[in-house]
Amino acid sequence: MEKKAVIELQDVRRDFQVGSETVHALRGVSFKIYEGEFVTIMGTSGSGKSTLLNQLGCLDTPTSGEYLLDGIPVRSMRRSQRARLRNRKIGFVFQNYNLLAKTTAVENVELPLMYNKEYNSRQRREAAVAALQAVGLGDRLEHKSNQMSGGQMQRVAIARALVNNPAVILADEATGNLDTRTSFEVLVLFQKLHAEGRTIIFVTHNPEIAQYSSRNIVLRDGKVREDVYNNNILSAAEALAALPAPQDD
Amino acid sequence: MSYINLFKIAVKAILSNKGRSFLSMLGIIIGVGAVIVMMAIGQGSKQSIREEIQKNGTNMLTIRPGADMRGGVRLDPSAMQTLKQVDYETILAEAKFVRMVSPEVTTSGQAVFGSNNTTSTCYGESPDYLRIKIWDVEEGVCFTEEDVKKSAKVCVVGATVVKELFPNGQDPIGKTIRFKSIPFRIVGVLKSKGYNTWGMDQDNVIVAPYTTVMKRLAAQTHYNSIICSAVTEELSDAAIEDLTTILRRTHKLKDGEVDNFTIRSQQEWMDTMSSTMDTITIILVVAAAFSLLVAGIGIMNIMLVSVTERTKEIGLRMSVGARGLDISNQFLIESILISLTGGILGVLFGGLLTWGCNAIIGYPAVIPAWSVIVSFAVCVAIGVGFGYFPAQKAARLDPIEAIRYE
Repeated sequence: MEKKAVIELQDVRRDFQVGSETVHALRGVSFKIYEGEFVTIMGTSGSGKSTLLNQLGCLDTPTSGEYLLDGIPVRSMRRSQRARLRNRKIGFVFQNYNLLAKTTAVENVELPLMYNKEYNSRQRREAAVAALQAVGLGDRLEHKSNQMSGGQMQRVAIARALVNNPAVILADEATGNLDTRTSFEVLVLFQKLHAEGRTIIFVTHNPEIAQYSSRNIVLRDGKVREDVYNNNILSAAEALAALPAPQDD
Repeated sequence: MSYINLFKIAVKAILSNKGRSFLSMLGIIIGVGAVIVMMAIGQGSKQSIREEIQKNGTNMLTIRPGADMRGGVRLDPSAMQTLKQVDYETILAEAKFVRMVSPEVTTSGQAVFGSNNTTSTCYGESPDYLRIKIWDVEEGVCFTEEDVKKSAKVCVVGATVVKELFPNGQDPIGKTIRFKSIPFRIVGVLKSKGYNTWGMDQDNVIVAPYTTVMKRLAAQTHYNSIICSAVTEELSDAAIEDLTTILRRTHKLKDGEVDNFTIRSQQEWMDTMSSTMDTITIILVVAAAFSLLVAGIGIMNIMLVSVTERTKEIGLRMSVGARGLDISNQFLIESILISLTGGILGVLFGGLLTWGCNAIIGYPAVIPAWSVIVSFAVCVAIGVGFGYFPAQKAARLDPIEAIRYE
């Protein structure tokens, strides 16, 4: 049985008009990502990485070509339809967490469900608590965002990305702001989610991370330069254990 | 997103910026307070004017010379001299719905007693006058029909005249004062009425037989007006109709000619005064309402700042699935909440000012219930009106740029 394609890009192009010049940020990108894959998308700045992420996240639409998210064509969708699609199908994890200030962990995680009428307040809270437990923050439910460390905040953000049970989790440099140890902790979490069958796309410029994912796509000048499956996935948990013990001061 | 959640977000946003929110509410508080107190003063004045007029008897009718040309220009001075003795006598003899009649001739001048003097107005009337006005003689008696016939130089005086001319507490009855050099013997003192709403001293009067005033003081053969009393208030209109017929006949007016006199009932008086007060109130309220406009602009300003400050939050909300409508509702509800809270505090502030008006200055002011409702409605309108532009600005943000905004 063939696996279901969660993401399908068909010759996606995206042009920007900068003054009188047309910048071709994506010059015909095609690939499929199947359910349960953990894909890293790499590239230097200017490679079209961010533009591709915006396309995948339904924050932007292609100039030409088609993007199918979970089988749904996105290109001709209106803004509000894409908002709904993001709400149901995508979980975002950002580099700088983007938690709401002065707001508790649970409330932050509840946020996507606030825009989903199918959840009432009790169901919302239950789902948020479950997501926080899944990222190991079951004991930090009522902590406010300014009372948490970077790693904890990023885990809250991951819980927020999980809470709507999305078709795909999109992480944008999700370890970029974290120290090595915390980065590995977050990677452990992503590998755990991968093992549970989640589809994860991790956009990064850090080549190390590719070793922990199942597939690596490299972009350059708006085109796919490399697309390889990783047959030797390293364990982030082992790497974490191999790190020198944290120094308490 | 549900409105309950939007409301919670708005409350949180307002509370997290207490000082700023209060300052932007302050404009609304002052504006609504001013509107409320202006309306209260208008309403209070209207009520006290009505009471004032009612004190003079609700069935009083006033006949004045000249056509009814409110606000127009009367060109012919002879038109002001149309009320004559024949009118009075015919009314006395024929008018069906009229109980009491008094011609009225007035003249102002100086009253002197001994070394004291005061400026006063002398009303020439018939003895019916005090009964029409429901005005009692406190000491002594009123002059009589006999005095009218003889043009006797007698008078009744108001309390202010007594106070000015007899400062040492002498008994004024029987004393002779001079008004415009003509001696008048005081036969009675009127009960004090105090000041009316216009600030006029109603006790600064000298009432004398109209015949005396016409001959000795005014040297005129026409009346300034004729006042009469309808049998009952309900019969006022019938009385006016009857009097009109009589006066048109005595004035020999042909069909198609306009009346050269005007008959007004107390009701009409009240209506005129009410509409005048309404106009004044509207002017005051409009002036106060301008401060609400300024307050609205203040709210718009603070909402624009709030949108800019929360660009990143807006970007996040959009990326997790908020539609433009959700975002614009969020900011609209926040601005409505600021303005409505300001409105509630403003109504309380207006209530306080109104209370101060009554208790401290002693000016009658009554808050009409509808003005409170209107204030709340206006506040919601301000919240929507001035919150719309910032809310739209927020809703139109590009989530990609918004989430990267620093």
